[in-house]
Order: sequence, then C-alpha cells, then structure tokens
Amino acid sequence: MNQSTETLVKENVIEMRGITKRFPGVLANDHVDFDLRSGEIHALLGENGAGKSTLMNILAGLYKPDSGNILIHGKSVAFASPKDAIGAGIGMIHQHFMLVPSQTVTENILLGLNEPRFIMNLKMYDQNIVELGEKYGLPVDPKAKIWQLSVGEQQRVEILKMLYRGAEILIMDEPTAVLAPQEIEILFNTLHNMVGLGKSVIFISHKLHEVEQISDRLTVLRKGTVTAQGIEAKGVTRADLARLMVGRDIIFSLEKKPCNPGKPVIQVENVHCLNDKGLNSVNGVSFEVRSGEIVGIAGVAGNGQKELADVLTGLRKCSQGKIIIQGDDIANRNAKAGIRHGVSHIPEDRTHIGTAPNLSVTDNVIMKNYTKKPISKGWMLDTPSAEIYARELKDVYDIIVPSIDTPVRLLSGGNLQRVILAREISSEPTFLVAMQPTRGLDVGAIEGVQKLLLLQRDAGAAILLISEELEELISLSDRILVIYEGEIMGEVFDGNIDEIGLMMTGTRQNQLLKSGEIHEI
Amino acid sequence: MDIIIILQAGVASGTVLLFATLGGIFNERSGVMNLGLEGMMLIGAMTAFSTTVKTGNPWLGLILAMIAGGLLSQIHAFITITLQADQVVSGLALTFLGTGISLVLGEGLSKAGVISLLPVITIPLLSEIPFIGRIFFYNQSILVFLGYAMVPLCWWFINKTRPGLHLRAVGEYPAAADALGINVYRVRYFYVFIGGLFAGLAGATISLAISPGWFSELTTAGQGWIAIGLVIFSQWDPFRAMFGSYVFGALRRLILDIQGPAILFGMANPFYYNPYYGFFLQMLPYAFTIIVLVIGSKEAVKKRLGTPAALGIPYIRGQRGV
Repeated sequence: MNQSTETLVKENVIEMRGITKRFPGVLANDHVDFDLRSGEIHALLGENGAGKSTLMNILAGLYKPDSGNILIHGKSVAFASPKDAIGAGIGMIHQHFMLVPSQTVTENILLGLNEPRFIMNLKMYDQNIVELGEKYGLPVDPKAKIWQLSVGEQQRVEILKMLYRGAEILIMDEPTAVLAPQEIEILFNTLHNMVGLGKSVIFISHKLHEVEQISDRLTVLRKGTVTAQGIEAKGVTRADLARLMVGRDIIFSLEKKPCNPGKPVIQVENVHCLNDKGLNSVNGVSFEVRSGEIVGIAGVAGNGQKELADVLTGLRKCSQGKIIIQGDDIANRNAKAGIRHGVSHIPEDRTHIGTAPNLSVTDNVIMKNYTKKPISKGWMLDTPSAEIYARELKDVYDIIVPSIDTPVRLLSGGNLQRVILAREISSEPTFLVAMQPTRGLDVGAIEGVQKLLLLQRDAGAAILLISEELEELISLSDRILVIYEGEIMGEVFDGNIDEIGLMMTGTRQNQLLKSGEIHEI
Repeated sequence: MDIIIILQAGVASGTVLLFATLGGIFNERSGVMNLGLEGMMLIGAMTAFSTTVKTGNPWLGLILAMIAGGLLSQIHAFITITLQADQVVSGLALTFLGTGISLVLGEGLSKAGVISLLPVITIPLLSEIPFIGRIFFYNQSILVFLGYAMVPLCWWFINKTRPGLHLRAVGEYPAAADALGINVYRVRYFYVFIGGLFAGLAGATISLAISPGWFSELTTAGQGWIAIGLVIFSQWDPFRAMFGSYVFGALRRLILDIQGPAILFGMANPFYYNPYYGFFLQMLPYAFTIIVLVIGSKEAVKKRLGTPAALGIPYIRGQRGV
C-alpha cells in the first residue's frame, strides 16, 4: 500500500503525545510520549503493570485515553474501536490469541471483514492466504483448524490476519512468552523480514535479552511514566535497561551454593493422568527428586506441566503409576495425604488455588496447620495464637499489608505470592512443587522468591520447579527435565539452551544424540 | 399398527420438534442458551390459533405467531445479554411467563370450534415412490415441506455464509469476534430473536396443522423441553436435528398406537390391558431429554460434541487487559 516508506526511512509513522489513562485506583499511563519510525522494530519495555499494554491498547483502539493525542503520519486520529485502528493500518497481536479454535485458518482471517459479502468461497481465499504467507515467510495450511496448530503456527495466523487487513504497523504483545527458543528464532526472522518489506513493529516485552537482540530502538516505561524514550538499542547494556525498568540496580546472578543432594525424597514412577477435558495429558512420567536439589521442568505451556503438579500434590487422580514419598504411595489419595508427608505446593493460579481471596491474611496462612496445636483447640480455633503466627510470618516473609485481617484479594501479586510462600515454606517441606513461582511479579519480588527457593534447597528440601521462563529454570535448577506432550524428552545438567529447546519441540534426547546435534557430556 | 402410518405421522409431528430445534441451534450457536422454548412455542400456538379464529386466515396466524415468539425471546435477550444474568434462570422464567400469558390470553379459545387450517398437499410424482413417497410426500401439511427446505438452508447459512461465520465465532470466542469489530451483543440479540421466530413457528405448526386446536398448556405438552434435548443430541447440526426430530415424532405416535391392539407380536399386549403402562411410555422422551442434558453437560463430552465454547457465558468486554 505504502511503498514510498522505503525512501523515507526515518519518518515517524506514529506519534503519541501526552497520553494519560487512569483506571480506578491506578494511573496506568501518565503523560506518556511514544513514537514509531517507519521500518523499525521498536521495543516497549517495562515490568508487569508498568503500563505497556495499556498504552498499546489505546493505540489499538481498545481503550480511549483520558487525555493526549495520537498522530498517524502526522494526522491526528481518535479511534472508537479496534476496527478503526485496523482501518488506519494498526494491528495488535494479543498475548492471548484472538482465534476461534473450531474454525479454519482462512475463516479466522476473514472474520469480520466486509468481503466476501455473503457466500464464503473459501477455496479462492485459501489461495490468497497461502500467497500472502509466502510473501512474508509465514507458511500456514489455510484449511487447518486452529486447534490443530502449534502455538507458533497460531501466532503466524494472527500476524497474517493483520497483514491481510493491510496492517502497516504490528503491535506484538509479549509474543515470545508462549514460544520455544527455536520458534522465537523463527519469529525474529519473520519480524526482520516484514520490516524489510516496509512494515513497522512494536515489540512489547519484559525480557531484556530479547529486546537487546531484536530491537532497533526502545522505550522504557516504569509505573506509567516514560523513563527512556526512543533510545537507540545499540550500546545500551542490560544493566542500564534494568535500572530504567526497576529504578535501581539489579543483581543478575544469584548466589548459588554447590548442590549437595541427599537421599531421594520422592519417586515418581510411570505416572499417567488426564486433563480437565478428559484427554491424556501426562503419559508415563518417571523421575525422582533428592533432598537438597532443585529439579526443573521445562516445556512449552500446556504440555502437561499443570496436570503433573496437580497429580503430585493430590489435586488430580492419576490413571496409572506410583508417587512414592518417604516410602508411602500417595497416588490417588488426597492433598492431605501429601501434606502429612511434607508436600508443599506453590500453585500457578494464586487467586483460585493458592489462596481464598476473600479471607484474611491470617486465615490464609493457617490453612495448613489449623488442625495442629496451638492454633487448634479441639473443635475451636485459637484466634490469638493464629494471629501471633500470622504476624510472625508477615515479618519474616516481608508481606506488606495494612493489617493481618486484610482480605488477600486486595494484595498485589508479589505480596500474594509471599503469603503463599509463607504458608508453604514455614511448614518446612520435604518436597516442594513450585509452579511458575515468579510469573507476573516485578523484578524485585522475583529476586526475593528465587532466594527463598534456594534457601529451602540448602535446608534440605527436594524442590520441583515448573516454569516457562527458561532463564529462571537454568539459573535455579540443578538439573532440568524437559516435558513435551506429557512425556519427559530428556534431562539436561548444564543448562544447554539449544538442547532444551529442541526437546521442548518434541525431539527426544536419544534422537539428538544419534543425529549428532549434541554430544554426550 | 401400520408402520407407514406411524412414520408418516412421525414426520408430521416431528416437524414441530424440528422447527423448535432449529431455533435452539441458532440460539445456542450464538452462545445463548434459551430454556424458554416451551414458553415461546405456547405463545406461538396460542397466537396462531387465536388470530385464525378471529380473521379466518391461518397464514396471518402463522406470521403473527412467529413475531410473538420473537418478541417474547427479546425479554430473555435483554436479561442475559444486556444485563448479563444467568441464562438458565432467565430461560426457565421465560417458560413460566410464556405459559402464563398464553393461558390468560387463550381463555375460551378451546371452545372456538373448527377453523381453517394450513393446506395439506401431496406431491404428484414423488408421493408414488414406494414407502418413502407415502411417508414424506403424501398428504402432509405444507409446513412439513417447509421443514424439508429449512434444514439444508440453515446448514448452508451456518457453515457457508459470512453471517454464519460470524454467528459461529460469537458462540465460540466472542472476544476474538469483538476484536475484529463484530458487534457481539447485536449478533446475540439477533439470533435469540431468530430462535424466538422458530419457536413461534413450531407452536403455530401444532395449532394450525399437526394437532389443530388450543388445549392450554397441553398444546405443546413439553415438546419444547424435548427440543432442548434434541439441540444437544443434534450436536448443533440441522441435518442431525432433522433425523432426531422425526425419530421422536414417530415415537410419539408409536406410543399412542401401541396401546391400541389387544394382541401384540402374538402375545397379550400389556399396554392394552393396563393403561398405566402407557404413562410409562409417555415419560420416556422426557427421560431421554434429562439423560442427554446430563451427559451433554460433562466437560469431556462437550469437547467431543462440539458444544459452542461460549455457550451459557455472558460476554463482558474486559475492563483491563482485555
């Protein structure tokens, strides 16, 4: 559409001036300025809650700013809906894909368009979409149903959907969060490719290494304000970026003592289980975790990690297999059987499984030991001792809260996680299952959680860390198991990211060894 | 008992279920469950009969019946789409409301006597095909033929047209449709209305064609509930709906006919000698509906049946982070 952009590489295609957006109780964007040049990849960096998504949702027409204006090619615009933004050539690819699973690729791409008017001649459009995909290096099968596609392929469909609508500017909201390392590589190539064809890309992220790798320029947000606007990515160090994001220096390497594993605490033997939809999701997993070590489970989201955590903590029935802890098989018993053997659980879903949102901090922290003295007095709860206990935990775990009677739904993500950690760790677990323990937390809180996990390890707990953040897994774990479609593909001791990536996409370790892509250590 | 007569009557009375089920399919494909089918059918049956009594024109009765069903459905639409209330509760309330209104307005209609009905036709050549011809094309109401035409038309509309694509998207993943500029609320209102039109049509089919007359709430006799079961049984597919409706139509007739002969298959017919057994038979379709509803509400089964993923969930555009 706009071929003249190649000659005017430095032209500003978007200028956002003084954007302010307030949500009840939060100033999400405070006089934010942002500009995007034609043909660049511009990273928008910031912690969770810094206002990146809000700013981009304004640009994509989902929210209206309270004040400030948006200029596209120098002309002031006001979007009433996403449709207007798409009409102006702005396409946003959300973190959660906006695709209808039961429909085909072509149907999803054509959804909401004025053409075809009435009768869908899918064959003809299938062809158009294949051609568009070839042009931008985004191969897809137009007849495939969305649910049959991998996450990476679904993302391609999302990009194609926007390109088909003539988008010149693509906003990618945390596009790498759901991808395996190899898929990220492919995505980055695609983005470079598109920029080469005259498109511009806004890349939202909180991962410093990715931003360094992909972006031409970057803008950093902290608590709704801009701390760096449109600086060149070249020559900026990771430490600089972290300071801009967090407002203070961040220590990147955790102090980690050498691993000193003891006896096996838990043995998982050939465990199978079903997911909520009744489909096989864990298919014959076996491993053991010894006291004093952290075993990481790596994998792309939805490959059976959640179900595995549920089975180990007694929240899900297993259809086959044994879970032996301290010589006792706890498979298909309840959560209490595990708790009795010192199993602790830091669940992925903090507000539904991890805590009871409307109950107070006190009630939430005593949930595991209210049956024990001194909190239990036969039938009754001893409120004073419960409160003493809660106050103690509040101080030790640094839970910032007006009072221990505050309902936990009012707590921030980091504080809520500290409530859960306080409850789970203070019971001195023999085996701790931690699922995505740092997801959504700000950098400072992440540090704190990671330190606590290492402390538990050194104190002799066996820890199973399930995470989608590979960096975190590699820095914390003593060894890493890779899960794919509910099966363990192999085990990595040295944090070899390429090897983990290949296994995350379904190659077994022994196949890797055979094909010579990696060498036995 | 003549098998051809049973099947012929099955197609006729199955047409009532077919229209109601098709309406239910449109309704649920858009993500709105409407348990008020029974109420909308009764309103339709009453309006059709009463209009025809007054004007002598059954076609006018048919059209007004559909409009009445459609209007009643908009109460459900407002409560569940705009006010985002629970669809089950609102649907049940709609049935009571529809029943109540029809009983009040239908007062005295049962003594109205003979009215002019919709024409019954026989298709010249097709009706001479052995077996099939007698069942489908001989001496059937014109509405039965409308049913034959509606099924492929509905299927084609849902699967092959742009509005059909939007309908399916709204029922599966309204947020995705919304992000692309489709007005989710408008689409849902529209298909709830279509559901009401069909339910009204189903009601008119009873009172003007299949079993003419007004017998208060016994006019529909719970067929709306069977249709709700059939929507699930059909897996939201018009052709399956057609099959299911005719089978249930035939069963209704079989249950009546089986109580007739004193000797059945060379044995004493228990349904003849003990009329209470007949009640048991009459209960079976409703028992089937309950079983289908129970099985169909299991998460794993939903996945396999292809239940519209957003069925029963009010759509609220996200306040934050979409």
